[in-house]
Amino acid sequence: MSTSTAILEMVGISKRFPGVVALDQVSLTVNRAEVVALIGENGAGKSTLMKILGGAIGRDSGQIRIDGANVEIRSPREASAFGIEFIHQELSVLDNLDVAANIYLRREPTTGSFLKLIDRKRIHRESDELLRKLGLNISSRTPLSRLPLAHQQLVEIARSLSAGARIIIMDEPTSSLTLTETRRLLEIVRDLKADGVSVIYISHRLHEVEEIADRAVVLRDGKNAGTIERSELNRDVMIRKMVGRDLKEMFKTETASARPTGEQGFAVSGLRTQRYPRHSVSFTVAPGEVLGFAGLVGAGRSEVARTLFGVDEPIAASVSLSGQTLHINTPKDAIKHGIYLVPEDRRATGLVVDFSVRENISLPKLDSYSTAKIISTTKETAAAVRAVKSINIKTPSPEMRAANLSGGNQQKVVLARWLACNPKVLIFDEPTRGIDVGAKAEIYALIRRLANDGVSVIVISSEMEEVLGISDRIAVMHEGCITGILERSQFTEEAVMYLATGSEG
Amino acid sequence: MKKELGIFVLLIVLCVIVSIKEPNFLLAINLQNLGRQIGAFGIFSIGLGIVIITGGIELSVGSMMALLGVLLSMMLTEWHIGVVPAILLCILVAMMLSLTHGLLITRLNMQPFIVTLCGLLFYRGLARFISNDETKGFGTVAGLDFLRFVANGNLFKIPMPFVLLILISAIAWVALHRSVYGRYLFAAGRNAEAARYAGINTRGIITTAYVVAGALTAISAIIIAFYTNSISPANHGNAYELYGIAAAVLGGCSLRGGEGSIVGIVIGTALIQVLRNLVNLLGIPSSLDLAVMGAVILIGVMADQLLTERRNRRQIALMRESTVSSTPATE
Repeated sequence: MSTSTAILEMVGISKRFPGVVALDQVSLTVNRAEVVALIGENGAGKSTLMKILGGAIGRDSGQIRIDGANVEIRSPREASAFGIEFIHQELSVLDNLDVAANIYLRREPTTGSFLKLIDRKRIHRESDELLRKLGLNISSRTPLSRLPLAHQQLVEIARSLSAGARIIIMDEPTSSLTLTETRRLLEIVRDLKADGVSVIYISHRLHEVEEIADRAVVLRDGKNAGTIERSELNRDVMIRKMVGRDLKEMFKTETASARPTGEQGFAVSGLRTQRYPRHSVSFTVAPGEVLGFAGLVGAGRSEVARTLFGVDEPIAASVSLSGQTLHINTPKDAIKHGIYLVPEDRRATGLVVDFSVRENISLPKLDSYSTAKIISTTKETAAAVRAVKSINIKTPSPEMRAANLSGGNQQKVVLARWLACNPKVLIFDEPTRGIDVGAKAEIYALIRRLANDGVSVIVISSEMEEVLGISDRIAVMHEGCITGILERSQFTEEAVMYLATGSEG
Repeated sequence: MKKELGIFVLLIVLCVIVSIKEPNFLLAINLQNLGRQIGAFGIFSIGLGIVIITGGIELSVGSMMALLGVLLSMMLTEWHIGVVPAILLCILVAMMLSLTHGLLITRLNMQPFIVTLCGLLFYRGLARFISNDETKGFGTVAGLDFLRFVANGNLFKIPMPFVLLILISAIAWVALHRSVYGRYLFAAGRNAEAARYAGINTRGIITTAYVVAGALTAISAIIIAFYTNSISPANHGNAYELYGIAAAVLGGCSLRGGEGSIVGIVIGTALIQVLRNLVNLLGIPSSLDLAVMGAVILIGVMADQLLTERRNRRQIALMRESTVSSTPATE
């Protein structure tokens, strides 16, 4: 296509965050009525690039051109004025309002009178029309809270359209949708295209990209890693460009050669979680083994982790460790038995971010740093200093607030906390989410070291390379069930995807 | 520590200004009176502060004081119950009521504001009902010398309530700033979810905070009842919870929870009592006293907010420097 149809050009965009180069001279062009897929591993810079385009963050250098003219986008509001709308992975609709109010939020038409009341008739009439166009058979007066997630997402799309969107950015739009809902969304993307709207489609689901994209732009480690045209757009090409580097290097997998057979380890049977009360999950993890948990977002893996750690109350469960049956109703119970969780969301649940590194490390086992319930700061500091050294936490002092550390170092603080209290079972939920490549490798090495020390390790990960690289066996989950457990010899991306999507033979 | 220093300086400056303008401020009798009030108000303010550190609030303090005052008077002068059982009963009643608050908040997930607001209304009504809305007191009933001494006496010229405050704040300081319980309290107040993930029984910790607040309110209630020697059920203790909240906030407690210190709360109480005293001494129209207090608290908290933000920025800057120096550019 000739450049004359380019509606958007981002040229040489760079962005640094403290300690990390998020984007390095990245370029992206989008033509009128084109679906451009933006793909890359987690942390490749997709979100950062889109946040810059959406006006949420600024750039350090580079240019943004719309219809050939240089523009500055300083806020989401300005982006919207240029016809750029962002559909976030986490929906940004207000569920205390009705559909029409959401569609017209911040752009409410008013009656001409002195009072400037919202023109309710008009917003409902126009909203109903938009909903019909999107094939959504609901009234614009429906409270949003009554709609399923997929419909809420369509309401967001309706909002973009009513705002006069020319470019719609969709960030992982199908991550929480069922297969039917996904089909529907892809059709809507095609309809948008037919109406002359351009779509930037971010997704990890490569078969969707294969199906819908006119072109795929690949990012890797904050740089352009190539563009794939429609004619050669297939999974193999995409994966090769996305991965680029030799992953085996990172995982140095001396897989549990010392994996002892016969030892009972950690055994879970008939576990039912609150989210999937009708499905039960059973598996075992031997001491020294790393069991990976793969699956799509929403498959119920985090729920299994949270239930095992006692955060969620189980509907039913039989859990044993070294042959001894355990009853776990609170995290306190789990900790008593040496079962620890490194949770998905470090900032909300893994750490008290306003506490110092020292206070965070000592928190779960404060009694061991105390005499007669009075804490010895000296002992705490000594433990923190030891941890900082042994797993290389980058902090100027143990007194630094955890909030000020980078993601990777925060994760190491969470780890340090559990390492200090002799883990028997350690559950990692997305251990490297939002962590840069260097720290990732260190975390992988630590996981392996723990296994070699005889810990039963569970790693939940949505990153294919990670779960394939780190695990001795992989349990794949789909909608609350374990659809298969793969041995190392059966490890392929296809096998995991096959089980994760619950495809029937 | 810096936080307390700032408000301490404010307190000293205020005292110096008042004593220059009105030398009577430094009269032993005025200082003793002031100390007595700081003691009486400080004790329950510590309890309120602990609740605020959990991210909660306790609005029923004033009404509870009226209820306890009326009860105490009736127990001692009408039902002729012994001094010691009466004191213990008072404290027990307060602890049971606050235990209810704590359980409603942690077990039923009710909002602290609402639970304790209902307490504020309920206890006031109860106090008026059981007393027939009649003002109660202790008159000159014999056998209450010990309680009169605790409220109005001095120990080596230091007012007894102040002595008690020092004693209680020393214990509270150790519990909050040195003990395992205190650390859990701060963790639960700052991020209850993360505290739970660290294996802390956050419900128990938070409930305990309310019970402690209840006990301290009872001690203050006994002192104040004997200090005033006249408990009008409709007005006694009115708005005292607001003095407590103001003291805690001035002393560095954040209503978001997880922040605050005992020393700060005590200095905050002192500041508020000095302000009340100052309005009196300087001949400022007494109709203005609440306005003066409001203005000073607002300025104090605003200054603290600005300083905190500056400190955070500085720490982040330090972090940047250290990452730059310790990790040579990755490219």
